[in-house]
Amino acid sequence: MDRRTSDGRTRRGATGLALFSLGLGSAQVGAPGAVAQLVGADDSPTSRLVTRWACGVRELAAGLGVGSSSAPGPWLWARVAGDVVDLALLGTVAARHPARRTRTLAAAAAVLGVAAADVATARRATGGGLRSDELSVQAAITVNRPVGEVFDYWHDLTNLPRFMAHLEDVTLLGSDRSRWTAKAPAGVEVTWEAEITAHTAEELIAWRSVEGSAVATTGRVRFQPAPGDRGTEVHVAIEYRPPAGRLGSTVAKMFGESPDQQIHDDLRRFKQVLETGEVVLSDGSPEGTTASRQLRQRPAQPLSPSS
Amino acid sequence: MRANCWTGRNSVEVLDVPDPRILNSRDAIVKVTSTAICGSDLHLYDGYVPTMRKGDILGHEFMGEVVETGSGVPNLSVGDRVVVPFPIACGACNACERGLTSVCENSNPNAGIAEKFMGHSPCGIFGYSHMLGGYAGGQAEYVRVPFADIGPLKITSDIPDEKVLFLSDILPTGYMGAEMCDISPGDVVAVWGAGPVGQFAIAGARLLGAERVIAIDRFPERLDMAASKAGATDVVNYAETPVLEALQELTGGRGPDACIDAVGLEGHAASALYAYDRVKQAARLETERPTALREAILACRSGGVVSVIGVYGGLMDKFPIGAFMNRSLILRTGQAHVHRYMEPLLARIEQGDLDPSFVITHRMALDEAPQGYEMFKNKQDECIKVVLTP
Ligand SMILES: NC(=O)c1ccc[n+]([C@@H]2O[C@H](COP(=O)([O-])OP(=O)(O)OC[C@H]3O[C@@H](n4cnc5c(N)ncnc54)[C@H](O)[C@@H]3O)[C@@H](O)[C@H]2O)c1
Ligand SMILES: [Zn+2]
Ligand SMILES: [Zn+2]
Repeated sequence: MDRRTSDGRTRRGATGLALFSLGLGSAQVGAPGAVAQLVGADDSPTSRLVTRWACGVRELAAGLGVGSSSAPGPWLWARVAGDVVDLALLGTVAARHPARRTRTLAAAAAVLGVAAADVATARRATGGGLRSDELSVQAAITVNRPVGEVFDYWHDLTNLPRFMAHLEDVTLLGSDRSRWTAKAPAGVEVTWEAEITAHTAEELIAWRSVEGSAVATTGRVRFQPAPGDRGTEVHVAIEYRPPAGRLGSTVAKMFGESPDQQIHDDLRRFKQVLETGEVVLSDGSPEGTTASRQLRQRPAQPLSPSS
Repeated sequence: MRANCWTGRNSVEVLDVPDPRILNSRDAIVKVTSTAICGSDLHLYDGYVPTMRKGDILGHEFMGEVVETGSGVPNLSVGDRVVVPFPIACGACNACERGLTSVCENSNPNAGIAEKFMGHSPCGIFGYSHMLGGYAGGQAEYVRVPFADIGPLKITSDIPDEKVLFLSDILPTGYMGAEMCDISPGDVVAVWGAGPVGQFAIAGARLLGAERVIAIDRFPERLDMAASKAGATDVVNYAETPVLEALQELTGGRGPDACIDAVGLEGHAASALYAYDRVKQAARLETERPTALREAILACRSGGVVSVIGVYGGLMDKFPIGAFMNRSLILRTGQAHVHRYMEPLLARIEQGDLDPSFVITHRMALDEAPQGYEMFKNKQDECIKVVLTP
């Protein structure tokens, strides 16, 4: 399975559904009467209350959840559950107001359509799993520094662990070779050797792991001056082919639930280091930008002295 | 230390929390001497901003005394008195170089979350959700201030806190709201919302030369303040008078040259208003929250500016795009780029052109923050602005 395309499809589906949820939710919270009438119920205080609190707020919550979580699976299933609630409510409306059945049925058909999309997306999001043959990610960022400086910083591969979250260390071995050490969850370390395969000053650096490494990986980073004195565009593409078996799943875990997010965050840190001198920290994210921390923020309070 | 923490919807508590520490070399630690509650804090309090966590320290309007500096803060020394701008900004990215510090590209460690909601991330903000950085705020005894080498404004005179505290947010915000109106001689500016931000938008519009400034709100004490202190020439109580009709009357049918929305996402609507309903019908207005913005768009003269400084969070229903597009309106908006306004506005305060302390109605101890939030939210005791002292 091509990890990238399947991921892209799930994400696009999830974003569309999140927007639908937010739109519908806002309408239900904001104009419960109008929404209730639209589906054929009375615009009564009770129906407003039900529409606003049972449906609207749930849609909003699901919309925010799907939109903000980088692992939207559970939220998507919550949406499916929500669709069932909507259908049940519509069933009650249909029984009570047979005269307006056409409207109610139209609403039910719409909900069924959404439910089908929800189920399909939720299954893709939770069924795909992390174990796949290949991870392929790409991202771009603009750094407000001259291209020479930006290139030089990346070209010194020992700088990579300063901004690439999964890397612990890169040691230069001479003649374009280097040893990369990555940290995976549960304290497991993964090491491989890499060689530079292409190198054009101020334009391009490409590398790949050497034959027989535990991890098969290739990477390319392209630099080009941004138009009108806006600094330097950095375009990165990285592929990993984890080995089979246990080590493979360890390597997959290294990238967390969202490899796309991780490479974006790596580039963000790269930009922070070059533009501000260091990785920017906050109380909620004391390690700086990391995909996992964005999911599990600590409260915005200073760390206790012992930690 | 003691700090005012968000503990859920409609709930804040002053709790004992660890003291802040230097995390980055460009940090300073400031001992807070004055801090205020903002209308933006009410959006958090009321639960309209996602990604809040129980225990988050609130507060983005504060000033105090420097007690510690990191190695990258040569401009500040222990003992300096500073006002801190609410947007956290690096000073080095493309946005900062253009003076757009509230959209700094580096100061939000959680930019990934914000991008999912908004496409791109704005800056990090003190005490303003995890989506905007997860930074502890300044309604506390001490606060960590990142990028202290470019943010804080040093106050060297012995001018009292109350006259300079609002340089941290609402004075620059109101002023920027007026500046975005491109005011030229003869212009009439209408301001929705006579809260603290609206008061300074009114004052800013007068400073920038507006001929007339019309304040719109429903609280008589706020409208009184607008007229007697901020410089409004006319006031409209929207609970008593249909706003669009009143504005037509006050501008000879032209509509205001510029309209400022200083209300934001918790707009309130007057009910059973004849003219409002007529407009509502004609324009198919439906939900109640962004009332001020919709009304501002409908009221503005063709080719005029709608300046939005009230905060919005997500998606708006029934945006009157037809009026906006067909009448060549200009929409300008943003969290205030506070950094670029601090020095010039301090100069104006020191020259005596302006004394921003007129908005303060309540002074309390930090420990009374929960009462302060309730009073400000419900406008009890004619509350307009609360200043807390730790
Ligand atoms: N852009 C920025 O950088 C920035 C900075 C600070 C505050 N803000 C925002 O500015 C807004 C106002 O802040 P504040 O501290 O003055 O808050 P506030 O709550 O005291 O003031 C809001 C005022 O709007 C009035 N209002 C409500 N609905 C109205 C309507 N339909 N028409 C006219 N008036 C209406 C209320 O009666 C109230 O007086 C908030 O949204 C806040 O988040 C923005
Ligand atoms: Zn504020
Ligand atoms: Zn910046």
